[in-house]
Amino acid sequence: MADAVLEVRGLRKVFGSQVAVDDVSFSLPEGGSLAIVGESGSGKTTIAKMIVGLERPTAGTIHACGQDRSTPARSLRDRRRRGREVQIVFQDPYTSLDPRQTVEGTIDEVLRLHHSWGKDRRRERVRKLADLVGMDARQMRALPRWLSGGQRQRVAIARALAAEPRVVILDESVAALDVSIQAQVLNLLADIHDETGVSFLCISHDLAVVRQLTQETLVMWRGKIVERGPTAQVLDDPQDDYTKRLRASVPRPGWKPPRHLRTA
Amino acid sequence: MTDGPVPALAARGPQRTLLLAMNGLTVRLPVEGSMRTVLHDVSLTIRQGEALGLVGESGSGKTMTARAVGRLLPDGADVSGTIQFDGRDVRSLEGAELKRFRAQVAMIFQDPRAHINPVRRIGDFMTEALRTNAGVPVKQATRRSVELLARVGIDDGERRLRQFPHELSGGLLQRVMIATALLTEPRLLLADEPTTALDVTTQAEVMGILDDLRQELGLAVLFITHNLELAAAVCDRTAVMYAGQIVEVRASDLLHRDPLHPYTAALAAARPSIDTTSHRLAAIPGRPLSAFEAPEDQCAFAPRCPHVQDACREARPSLTELNGGLTRCVRAAELRGRMEVAVNG
Repeated sequence: MADAVLEVRGLRKVFGSQVAVDDVSFSLPEGGSLAIVGESGSGKTTIAKMIVGLERPTAGTIHACGQDRSTPARSLRDRRRRGREVQIVFQDPYTSLDPRQTVEGTIDEVLRLHHSWGKDRRRERVRKLADLVGMDARQMRALPRWLSGGQRQRVAIARALAAEPRVVILDESVAALDVSIQAQVLNLLADIHDETGVSFLCISHDLAVVRQLTQETLVMWRGKIVERGPTAQVLDDPQDDYTKRLRASVPRPGWKPPRHLRTA
Repeated sequence: MTDGPVPALAARGPQRTLLLAMNGLTVRLPVEGSMRTVLHDVSLTIRQGEALGLVGESGSGKTMTARAVGRLLPDGADVSGTIQFDGRDVRSLEGAELKRFRAQVAMIFQDPRAHINPVRRIGDFMTEALRTNAGVPVKQATRRSVELLARVGIDDGERRLRQFPHELSGGLLQRVMIATALLTEPRLLLADEPTTALDVTTQAEVMGILDDLRQELGLAVLFITHNLELAAAVCDRTAVMYAGQIVEVRASDLLHRDPLHPYTAALAAARPSIDTTSHRLAAIPGRPLSAFEAPEDQCAFAPRCPHVQDACREARPSLTELNGGLTRCVRAAELRGRMEVAVNG
């Protein structure tokens, strides 16, 4: 696809004798949003790690913005370019921020790394990013330990956006948040998607979150894609047996847990 | 709610014998030299064989409530109010009576791996309480363990007892925890987020097993979760906590359709739906308060409530009865049936 910002072909990852990711292909269009849904061991996080370069694929290719990133970056320049293509927001905002660095400092560091801007321009950009994620001036001067989980996750999102990436990977980015805070962050992500045109790759086990955030969905089971399609269609009318079981396991008003399951 | 004496009846039907009654429980804990309120005026009841859901966000006091029931509050806790289990005052139990109480009230936790000794076999862990506290011979304790493992859907119990925790998946280990909790034939199970760390299909299996056991054994359950939908689906009644207070108690099937407190309605509306795509969620502004941050002279939810009026800021509302449920909202009666609409609009 010509207008894909992220293109994954025949991706495979083997750990010892375990096949974690088995022949996975997908493409994420410019400005699009794609979910990879699955439970533990499905391979969804391994895919995210391979895309950002934290794991090396056993086979297959990954292209972001037309550039190959299936092998490790060979120069600092190359690595920085990759940082401007894809950024990631992790699940746990308590371990993904430097405890000694203020919010401003955290974001300014990314700006210094990726842009050759003067101090004033960087300060202006930090202010704009703070506005975008709803942090005030006092919070921007704070250390992470003074911030709540939801505020920290806003910082992680602002940091990911600071490099002006074309793709942001959201790896269970709202899973650790309380329901009332999760709704705030989901609304924020929807606004950012609309305003900046950045593409989202959303890794999640939470089908309701996926429905809220994405247009397309892949369902993974034991390393393989078992179903794919528009998110609403996959959730409303699942075809694969595993997707059906996943869908039926989600508690909702009137839900009853399955009876007499004796499957150990 | 009628907390008075209820005639002893069979373990089925709405008028079951009262098993646990917590009344006006307030707990303060020493933090950095001062006393901080963690629970304020918590009252709840559980009847024999009943499942009561306890729902709230982090810091709302769910776990502290369960710990108070289980006599597991930290040292130095300042406690007022009463807790009665089967008519006995839990807070004054000692010696043999306390031991008997502990056998009757079992607990399971969120992360089974954090509550099991990784270097000892499943069998040692499971039979320990029976062997050391009840003096049951090893052979008999082992046989009982295998029986209970079968009840939670683990058919090859003998083999599992010889295994180590790392050889079992999270879902399997949580089933072992449930079986272990049931070995002493408890009458009340305190389940603190027992499925939160599990995959959703595994959660459904574990909930199915818990539900079966509850009905087979007439076991009462205090089910703590942050998931309103899950509590509403598996519990008879659900209590909602906010800032260390109970703000609503409601029959679970009415919780989503006819909430009695604006916080319950807002919590339900804030959660994205698996069935419909909405462009924006009805987020609750601000953040959840801890009990010690809650103002003493007004409703704790007032700063975030879409229905707030002057009356809400004049005094801390008390938990009052409304349409078969309980609510801590002065405007509850006039807002009934309108909360959902206002939150979404």
